[in-house]
Amino acid sequence: MSVVRIPTVLRPQVGGNKEVELAGTTVREVVDALTSQYPSLKSQLLTDEGALNRFVNVYVNGQDVRYLDGLATPVGERDEVRLLPAMAGGAHAR
Amino acid sequence: MALPKPVVVRPPEPDDADQRSGAPGTGRNAPDAQVHAHAHAHAHAHAHAAMAPHGGRYDDILDAIGHTPLVEIPRMSPNPAVRIFAKLEMVNPTGSVKDRVAKYLIEDLERRGLLQPDSIILEPTSGNTGIALAMIGRRKGYRVALVMPDNVTNERRQMAALFGAEVIDSPGRLGSNGAISLAKHLVSKDPRFVMAYQYGNEANPRAHEETTGPEILADCPEVDVFVAGLGTSGTLMGVGRFLRRAKPGVRIVAAEPLPGEHLQGLRSLDEGFVPEIFDPSMLDAKYLVSNQDSIAALRDLVDREGIFGGPSCGAVLVAAAREAQLMTAGTIVALLPDGGWKYLSAGTFTRSFDEMKDDLEGGVSWW
Repeated sequence: MSVVRIPTVLRPQVGGNKEVELAGTTVREVVDALTSQYPSLKSQLLTDEGALNRFVNVYVNGQDVRYLDGLATPVGERDEVRLLPAMAGGAHAR
Repeated sequence: MALPKPVVVRPPEPDDADQRSGAPGTGRNAPDAQVHAHAHAHAHAHAHAAMAPHGGRYDDILDAIGHTPLVEIPRMSPNPAVRIFAKLEMVNPTGSVKDRVAKYLIEDLERRGLLQPDSIILEPTSGNTGIALAMIGRRKGYRVALVMPDNVTNERRQMAALFGAEVIDSPGRLGSNGAISLAKHLVSKDPRFVMAYQYGNEANPRAHEETTGPEILADCPEVDVFVAGLGTSGTLMGVGRFLRRAKPGVRIVAAEPLPGEHLQGLRSLDEGFVPEIFDPSMLDAKYLVSNQDSIAALRDLVDREGIFGGPSCGAVLVAAAREAQLMTAGTIVALLPDGGWKYLSAGTFTRSFDEMKDDLEGGVSWW
């Protein structure tokens, strides 16, 4: 099982959880496991063709999977998968 | 108090007779004079070669933008076979890489004939771009208004005000996205506002394609990896474009801030924002870096290398270190966007991570 970190904006759709534990050996398997558990997420995370929505970024251990193997990027038992909305840099001003 | 008189050393004058004769070696004492002049020229060139290249002389502060130093920071490399060089953008006139961008943005508006006598240059910015636009606007005589999240550090407001810019507040909880949408709204309401718009204006990456990129390759022809922060994406797009053309195979690597929990003021993913100038295919890797890791690296940078940077410098170095760990050998150039001055009041360099907990969660301003 790997830990998937859920961004604030999507938490209402996963029962308010910050993290969800899911099984899967690739990003696609993990995302499929997530969307089968919470079907309302599917249209937000994936396009109709099953690719990643351009406004969502997926990271495995802090690396954007678009520059690894995309949805085919392997996910290990202890890897952290993180979903984040695309934001302008400096989106967190202080 | 009188200053000591400068000592003037005159170069030996060329022998007039020699010059008139036109041919070397025909005048009186010609061989000696020649050797002498040659030796002098040689010594002169040699003295300069031994000196670090220095800042240069300019007619105008705007011409002094760029030409920043590249400094090796071996104590920040986790891999002894990988050299890391830092491009010190805090050395720019207003203290950040954004001087390059602001100059190109304003020149672009001028070239397109968009600036009328009553025009106000408007820009959503959490800091550095605003300060740079304010300075350049003042220098050139344009009015500048900046839309800033209301929770940016006071130093930024003071700097913008110092150069005569007006500051318009946007809700801090909406971050940069909120500033961008408010600025777009203002432009639609009042025709005097002219948006420079660093997120969507090609002049932003072009500044880096024409200045930052060539400077990096000139100072470090052996560069294998270029690392910079991903804000507007201008640095990465522009330097990337230049290096892909001039030295194919260089990896272009982004450090991206992990957004704060409380500041993701979005209602849905579709409210997310991808800068119009961002072309994802220009990157070879992208690392998400937490604020805590950035600040830890930033403090290491001060302690080990004596370089005083802003939080985004720390993030860039975290990404550079991750790249260095993947390499067997090679050279990384890491662009450090600004200095630490504007972050002193936030306790970035002094507070314990426990004390900073809320700020680390909420995020520290990067760009």
